[in-house]
Amino acid sequence: MNLSIIQYNAGNIQSVLYALERLGVTASVTDDPAMIQASDKVIFPGVGEASTAMAYLKERNLDQLIVSLKQPVLGICLGMQLMCQHSEENDTNCLGIFEEQVLAFKATENTTKVPQMGWNNISHLKTDLFNRVPENSFTYFVHGFYAGIGNNTIATTDYIQPYSSALQKNNFYGVQFHPEKSAEVGEQIIQNFLALKS
Amino acid sequence: MLTKRIIPCLDIKDGRTVKGVNFEQIRDAGDPIELGAFYASQGADELVFLDITATIEGRKTLSALVNKIAHHINIPFTVGGGIKTEEDVRVLLQNGADKISINTAAFLDPTTISRFAKQFGSQCIVLAIDAKCEADNNWYVYLNGGRTKTNKLVVDWAKEAVDLGIGEILLTSMNHDGTKQGFALDITAQLAENLPVPIIASGGGGTAAHFYDVFTKGKADAALAASIFHYKELAIPDLKEYLNQKGIAIRI
Repeated sequence: MNLSIIQYNAGNIQSVLYALERLGVTASVTDDPAMIQASDKVIFPGVGEASTAMAYLKERNLDQLIVSLKQPVLGICLGMQLMCQHSEENDTNCLGIFEEQVLAFKATENTTKVPQMGWNNISHLKTDLFNRVPENSFTYFVHGFYAGIGNNTIATTDYIQPYSSALQKNNFYGVQFHPEKSAEVGEQIIQNFLALKS
Repeated sequence: MLTKRIIPCLDIKDGRTVKGVNFEQIRDAGDPIELGAFYASQGADELVFLDITATIEGRKTLSALVNKIAHHINIPFTVGGGIKTEEDVRVLLQNGADKISINTAAFLDPTTISRFAKQFGSQCIVLAIDAKCEADNNWYVYLNGGRTKTNKLVVDWAKEAVDLGIGEILLTSMNHDGTKQGFALDITAQLAENLPVPIIASGGGGTAAHFYDVFTKGKADAALAASIFHYKELAIPDLKEYLNQKGIAIRI
């Protein structure tokens, strides 16, 4: 399989690469449009800040490229958020693939810690991305912003309020958690993504 | 529901784990990768690798080791010990560390925290505090692996560090460390209740009940221990099962 990881200024790309290696899959880390377009699958990772990341993508026309992709695409963490309409993080217009909005977690009396950091359940699992993943499995999250629940929601998680821990529209998938750091559950989800039909 | 985290800590010197371990399943008790992978398979939620190597050559060994750990371990891990500069952090993160922890260098120059947070993001910067309760009943910050006392109160330093952009605090009670008599519940709760970042409690965990106490009375978000896991006095699956049955949110 020909797999690309989109290279841009918001990575923890190494851990995604290593997770794929553990599954015996080699990926190319690239920002070359032709190479990305020719891939069977594309991973759009991301750790960082939304407006800086979007500006970088736009400068290199990667924003146009990503929305035009026809093969299965998996956004991870900030990658997923950038695939939504808009993010409250520095009032950023995003790629608009998913119709959901990205909002900031607001601490409450009961939940005082923002960002959310640690293992939480994923529930209401839909689509082949979650084949053989039991309801309420645990995955690892680190995030201060979240996508609301909408038509594209394929998994939900509860932190302060229920939100979308995964989204899907057509060939585009996004997960808020880090499958590359989510032990066996994460490995299953990555394998499921790799098994999706192009 | 967000779970409480159980975090084994491995001390590393010149690329090897220092404290002995007592596992039949582990072929080479000094190999941090094998031990880390074993803990991950047992259900550890994260790992901390604390480098106690003093030499510059040893630091190079560390980045190579971190790279190997990142290849083999499928849960998040933090690397700490002697981190001072942006370059130290960059090398460790590029080699696959998820977070780094800083201690003395951050205290001596608090702008370290804001610089690191700005460049790498708060989520990957952990502040380690070595704390000791003195005769006046106040908790003070200690530096240099607990050898140097400061006049700074732990609560003040923790608050300051959060304002500067720290993402998480690893609080070790020197009074409790190694005693196996339970965690420092009062100071842990004081930080956990008043700060918007997760608190990892460390020092004194000897029984499953101690972990229950630090998650309930101590309000800790995570608990770290070393020797009780290394010497199999408490197996992670048994600990997690106990906590789960007692109603603590835990990843099983």
